[in-house]
Amino acid sequence: MMPVAVVANTVLICAGGACISAGEKSVKQVFEEKLKEFALDSVVRVVETGCMGACNLGPLAVIYPEGIFYQKLTPQAAEEIVVEHLLKGRPVEKYLYKGPAGEVKAKAQEELPFFKRQVKIATRNLGVIDPTDIEEYIGRDGYFALMKALKEMTPEQVISEIKASGLRGRGGAGFPTGLKWDICRRNEADQKFIICNADEGDPGAFMDRSILEGDPHSILEGMAIGAYAISASKGFIYVRAEYPLAIERLNIAIKQAREYGFLGERVLGTDFSFDIEIRIGAGAFVCGEETALMASIEGERGQPRVKPPYPVESGLWGKPTVINNVETLANVPPIILKGSEWFASIGTETSKGTKVFALAGKVRNTGLVEVPMGITLRELIYEIGGGIPGGKRFKAVQTGGPSGGCIPADYLDVTVDYESLKELGTIMGSGGMVVMDEDDCMVDVAKFFLGFTVDESCGKCTPCREGTKVMYDILEKITSGEGTREDLEKLKELAQFISEASLCGLGQTAPNPVLSTMKYFWDEYVAHVEEKRCPAKRCKALIRYVIDPERCVGCTACARVCPVNAITGEVRKPHEIDPEICTRCGSCMEVCRFDAISKVSP
Amino acid sequence: MNVTQIEKAVKEIYERVKSESLGEEEDMLINVLHKVQDHFGNFIPPEAAETLAELMDIPVSRIYEVLTFYTMFSTKPRGKYVIRVCESTPCHVTGGKAVVEALKEALGIDFNQTTEDGLFTLEYSSCLGLCGVAPVMMVNDMAYGNLTPERVKAIIEELRGGEAK
Repeated sequence: MMPVAVVANTVLICAGGACISAGEKSVKQVFEEKLKEFALDSVVRVVETGCMGACNLGPLAVIYPEGIFYQKLTPQAAEEIVVEHLLKGRPVEKYLYKGPAGEVKAKAQEELPFFKRQVKIATRNLGVIDPTDIEEYIGRDGYFALMKALKEMTPEQVISEIKASGLRGRGGAGFPTGLKWDICRRNEADQKFIICNADEGDPGAFMDRSILEGDPHSILEGMAIGAYAISASKGFIYVRAEYPLAIERLNIAIKQAREYGFLGERVLGTDFSFDIEIRIGAGAFVCGEETALMASIEGERGQPRVKPPYPVESGLWGKPTVINNVETLANVPPIILKGSEWFASIGTETSKGTKVFALAGKVRNTGLVEVPMGITLRELIYEIGGGIPGGKRFKAVQTGGPSGGCIPADYLDVTVDYESLKELGTIMGSGGMVVMDEDDCMVDVAKFFLGFTVDESCGKCTPCREGTKVMYDILEKITSGEGTREDLEKLKELAQFISEASLCGLGQTAPNPVLSTMKYFWDEYVAHVEEKRCPAKRCKALIRYVIDPERCVGCTACARVCPVNAITGEVRKPHEIDPEICTRCGSCMEVCRFDAISKVSP
Repeated sequence: MNVTQIEKAVKEIYERVKSESLGEEEDMLINVLHKVQDHFGNFIPPEAAETLAELMDIPVSRIYEVLTFYTMFSTKPRGKYVIRVCESTPCHVTGGKAVVEALKEALGIDFNQTTEDGLFTLEYSSCLGLCGVAPVMMVNDMAYGNLTPERVKAIIEELRGGEAK
């Protein structure tokens, strides 16, 4: 080991996927170069951490010991921060977080509701430790839970602890984790497996990605504890190929865990042996379905099969298998360490603990938040999410991805837990929340999700393969202004049939986005078919762009930007758009500086 | 690359994957296909599939059964840069459509096509999990977030420029 130098400052740079895609690498490089230039590199540590959660503010960095929070960094900003803050001790104000009224919040993580309101269990180490350094994980009580389980608890005790905690699967269906382990333990077999389902595919959900990238050891530890509980000797992590960074960091973590004796033969000197292998998907959403996932691990086409038998009875290669989601596993070590009572004290009667939500879409603060179950949608979207940007009106929030539904404004005070969401016709799912505003057309949204299912249907069973396509075509007809009242009835009928007759969860839940939007936004469907009107002015076939002659000054900006020359008029005189030629691209509206162009429907 | 070279390369990849795998099971097909595809520049040549079938002692049809199921495997050559643009809900509601149009225009190709110079292939991607900085795309393993039509064009120009040097 290197001699420990006195560290004056630590710069934590968020190296989550989102910050990297926003330019984190070049920021980090400048930090390091400049620190070296000023000979500060021996007293200032630069650490790349996992996702800090506030994705729309990235690239992010926090400088300790003070906890000064810098946002939207650039290489230029990094240089200024080194020179001003780290060298001279003066925080650089222009890169600090500013509230809506322009007030500076230097320690945003302590001051903003977005951070303050969170209760971090599954994401406890995200943005705090270097995910590629096992010692930092150990320094935060990492692998202590595994030690406790192996040395002080029997497998039965581990299971009853998880059962008592009330932990339920965070991947979608919410099955009690302890019960799943218990059933698997009771099934006699010469070999058993534990699988971590990291095939996170729901559009808008990225908590699993962030945990894998930001705290891979917590997954390994959770799996090892689960394996001990059910007597499995081997585990697989099935990760999607879309997550190369997660794969890279998991590989590093597995290697380190083996070196430290947390994985491999005789873990921590006990009789328990367990090792983990990574399997990479290849771009098939259906592989998130557990039977399809197992087929894919076995090297087959990722197609689901009929259940029962359930994986806990006959799973991978016919052996009893437990399949847990990433976030579920990340909750396991803290429960073992702090006890089930502590965990069960958080949340609601039937939904214990916390849930990580991914806020995306039309919400001011996008990113990851972990909050206690039972929080209301209003708190989540307005207090934590900061509300809707651009002065627009909230319209709906989509939860549960393509298997879920849309919740309208009337239900903003509903608490978020498995049961209440189900009552509203949607599901918790993996925790993706896509916020939509008045500009989003709900028929278009439903069509969008159906399009997703049509693409991702594996083709094995007819209701899903053919049925979703027919539903999609009807929605296409409606959004192009050719729908009829009968089409709406047919949609409902098909929806019911598909959900009853499909083989796996993908097909069974595929009609949910249509059913829930029909339930809450029926008027919008009717407007499309009867008045040929799109109330959100989104469906191209049902809108026109018009120029207000009172406001148009004849600057010709719109005519010049129009790709199809649909706009005519003399200089300094009001212009006109020919709806026959116009392709509804909207470019004219964007360039008009006089607010003279608007959309009308019909 | 001639047939013998392809055979040799596939054999090496197969042996390497086999040695890294913990189990004895014959389930490495997808892992091997990933490595083979990376090796041959974003696609799996027919000769490689045949070699692999021989090595694993399974029919070629089995190889194709699996590889055609997964969208990330390609049986035809793709560009040096495979651009996967996300068109999931969060990207959709934050202007993904305009980004897609700009991409098509900058590249002069449609989806699942490759530019004539062999540099770029344009594909759809399922959700990339970077919804906080939507719209997003990936160029090979590198993700780009907060895209706008202008930014997309600049990225393509930069990649093209890098190649010209």
